[in-house]
Amino acid sequence: MKIVLKQINLLNPEQKLNQRCDLLIEDGVIRKIDDLKPEDLKSSKVYEFENKYCVPGLLDMHVHLREPGREDEETVVTGCNGAAAGGFTAVASMPNTNPDTDSAEIVRFIKEKAKDHLVDVFPVAAASLGRKGEALAPMYELYEAGAVGFSDDGVAIKSSLVLRHAMEYAKMFSAPIIEHCEDESLADGAMNESITSTILGLPAIPNVAEDLIVMRDIMLAEFTGAKVHIAHVSSKNAVELVRQAKKKGINITAEVTPHHFTLTDEMVKTFDTNYKMNPPLRTRADIDAMIEGLKDGTIDCIASDHAPHSIEEKEMEFIYAPNGIIGLETTLGIALSDLVHKKHLTIEQLVEKLSINPRKVLNIPQVVIKEGEVANLTIFDPQQIWTVDIAKFKSKSKNSPFDKRLLTGKSIAVINKRKMYFEDKFFDI
Amino acid sequence: MSLSSRHLLGLYGVPREDIQLILDTATTFREVLERPIKKVPTLQGKTIVNLFYENSTRTRISFELAQKRLSADTINFSTSSSSTKKGETFKDTVRNIEAMKVDMIVVRHQSAGVPQYLTKISKANIINAGDGLHEHPTQGLLDMYSIREKLGRLEGLKVCIVGDVSHSRVALSNIFGLKSMGAKVSVCGPATMIPTGIESLGVKVYHSINEAIEKHDVLNVLRIQLERNAGVKIPSLREYHQYFGITTERIEKYNKDILILHPGPINRGVELSSEVADGPYQVILDQVTNGVAIRMAVLYLLGTMHN
Repeated sequence: MKIVLKQINLLNPEQKLNQRCDLLIEDGVIRKIDDLKPEDLKSSKVYEFENKYCVPGLLDMHVHLREPGREDEETVVTGCNGAAAGGFTAVASMPNTNPDTDSAEIVRFIKEKAKDHLVDVFPVAAASLGRKGEALAPMYELYEAGAVGFSDDGVAIKSSLVLRHAMEYAKMFSAPIIEHCEDESLADGAMNESITSTILGLPAIPNVAEDLIVMRDIMLAEFTGAKVHIAHVSSKNAVELVRQAKKKGINITAEVTPHHFTLTDEMVKTFDTNYKMNPPLRTRADIDAMIEGLKDGTIDCIASDHAPHSIEEKEMEFIYAPNGIIGLETTLGIALSDLVHKKHLTIEQLVEKLSINPRKVLNIPQVVIKEGEVANLTIFDPQQIWTVDIAKFKSKSKNSPFDKRLLTGKSIAVINKRKMYFEDKFFDI
Repeated sequence: MSLSSRHLLGLYGVPREDIQLILDTATTFREVLERPIKKVPTLQGKTIVNLFYENSTRTRISFELAQKRLSADTINFSTSSSSTKKGETFKDTVRNIEAMKVDMIVVRHQSAGVPQYLTKISKANIINAGDGLHEHPTQGLLDMYSIREKLGRLEGLKVCIVGDVSHSRVALSNIFGLKSMGAKVSVCGPATMIPTGIESLGVKVYHSINEAIEKHDVLNVLRIQLERNAGVKIPSLREYHQYFGITTERIEKYNKDILILHPGPINRGVELSSEVADGPYQVILDQVTNGVAIRMAVLYLLGTMHN
């Protein structure tokens, strides 16, 4: 089958590609990048995508798919549906499944579930058995089964010795250690520590709980020479620590979530548990540091930390509600609205943060937009104005604080593995 | 005259006129409490549920007495287990209770924000009887009432809250209420017990108890709550008493005009010496009596509002 994306802006900063023309895809492979003649158009399904952008498929490198274990909240398939609706052709799934993703069987199970889906799933496996921070998970076997990185997800690797060993071991196959940076003894809280937590009387987590572990991890990364990725950075000082470490040439990268560059802890005043996550929402000064870090390249990636929770779990007294919100279907819209339209990032930089850099961190081959290459593409309209409606989410869970938010910029379609998602439907091409 | 809200969730942002109205109404009920027959028919036919998810003796008894003296029908629901452990969600519990047609809910809970949450899932008037470390508005009101009763005013008074401020909903309700009434509020305690950024609320911080006694008209002395893990913030109760305990010697040396409040229950020999707890500077048992009057006032004002 042949399809044509007409007069689309092709953009891939990695290839220095920035061109408006037609794109012909046949049986899932890019055949022509050119202004097409009428005979090419005649035998093809034509999509009028003028003024839309076509970029290498986006990859959300921090997603909780909940399968196996909590299929009532999300499954590999429903999570991938949400990813496609949000403009992603790939996700990295985090290992806090039940059982934990600490065996090759679970890695293969997740990959098997995603096999026929448009969206590629790259599992991140546990670094230690049961994510307990005591003994190494079978990392080599996990890597061979398809794991692209290692993390104790939800907690930092508890023992510095185990972390050192995980780093040294992962270095053998260049896989990153992905760290949730938090000193547990300082982090027994339900929100950020600030004047707002004082007024609300909620137990709180100070920035320094994050900063301390970021510092430990940087020092161990320097010591071992391993590749370390800081998940969901949220504190101002942590960004500065990463900036200085990069200057020293330490092999460290970082990601930030959309909520950590848009929302402050004052939102917790509503006691709406959709503002409860870990790391918690911080202050305006932290948001400014996130944006600065994105601008100067200190923060490499934007990832959603998509964390589905059932309604009954989230509809709970604040201190008892679980942490986390979903984000697959709002990340692109928020990033376009709050970063591109506010002139903090160019569209090219955004594509780097959402597609190119995540692949670099996880050692996944880059998508190339070239004749003869498999089409793995995200098509979005940076100008479309829309209102987030959780009822329309493809994800099984609805726990989003962005419901009813007006955004400028939306995913239109995704193409990957000879499949296309457009206008709420998946179909083969 | 009526209140500007149909709930009492906290004293944060409550207008001065509302606090004034509650204190003035309490004065009337305080007189009722001195009568041989301490009962008025004001809330006859109203049903009130006391929903206590956290242990409480005096606050629950005080509310219950206030309700009985207003002739309301009252039901007590007490559980120390959280809904997560119990199997039924908090929301389902509340909706079941509400289905039995109740007019007001008095709630105490371990989690901050539960009274606010209740306003979203229930149509009843909600009164906060203490939520986590957030607020305890009727305690704040009865403290203000007791100060006003003794010193005749609140405006311009210097009030210092002493002790584990960071573990205290009483402290927050006092700070918000007193500031709204024009008092100057400070806090005094070990640095580990002073919450983040409290100065930005216009609250001065002291670490010397002698200075606190010397420079204030009123000390509201908090209980060191060992059950809330206060122990990790101080080396020992002995050391706490040594550096922050209120003793007769300190009062006589630094300020004999000081008025001492304490929300109870007292740890004798820790935050107050026994001599001070029973001595001439304190109004601790008056606070308890005033608490019933304050709760009658709040129940009356909310219960007779046209919703």
